[in-house]
Amino acid sequence: MKLGKVIGRVVSTRKIDCFQRQTMLLVQGINENLQEVGDPLVAIDIVKAGEGDIIYYEAGKEAGFALDMLSPSDATIIAIVEDIDLEGGS
Amino acid sequence: MMIARVQGSVVASFKHRDYESKNVFVIQPLDADLNPVGNSLLAVDGAKAGVGDIVLIVDEGGSAKIVLEDSNLSAIRCVIAGIIDSVDLEI
Repeated sequence: MKLGKVIGRVVSTRKIDCFQRQTMLLVQGINENLQEVGDPLVAIDIVKAGEGDIIYYEAGKEAGFALDMLSPSDATIIAIVEDIDLEGGS
Repeated sequence: MMIARVQGSVVASFKHRDYESKNVFVIQPLDADLNPVGNSLLAVDGAKAGVGDIVLIVDEGGSAKIVLEDSNLSAIRCVIAGIIDSVDLEI
C-alpha cells in the first residue's frame, strides 16, 4: 500500500457498470513526512474519505479484490489514516 | 521479495475489513548494503516486526494470503514476511 492525500473528486456520468455508484477520488501520493511523491491518481473510495484526508490505498489487482464485486479498479482507498508514528517522533 | 526497514506505524481505525486488527507499518526499501532506495511504502505485519527492524517484504497478493495464513484476505498485497538478522555479501 501507499500513503496518499485526497485532493479532489472525479465525476463521471458515462462509465462502465462496475464503476457505477462508486466514488472516485483524486489522490496525491505522499511519503511518511506528508511530502508529495509522484503524480496524482484516481482511486475508488470505500471508506468515505473526504478532501484533505490522509489515506492509504492499495494498487494492482488487490485494488479490485478490495471491492465487493468484480471490478477493474487498479487503485482503491483502503483506510483513513489518523496518525503516523515515526521512529524518533512524528 | 525485498529488504526494507520499518520506519513507523500507521494508525487507522476506519479501514477495509481485511485490514482490521492488523498492524500497518511505513517501510523504507533498502539495497543490499542496507542503504535506502526509492520511496517508502506501507506493509501489513506478518512477522511481529517493530519499528527499526530490518525486514523481508513480499509484495504480491497470493503470497500475502499465505504469509498471513488466511485465504480470505484478498485485498492485502504487501506484507512483512520475516525479520532479517543480517545480510552476508560476497567480497
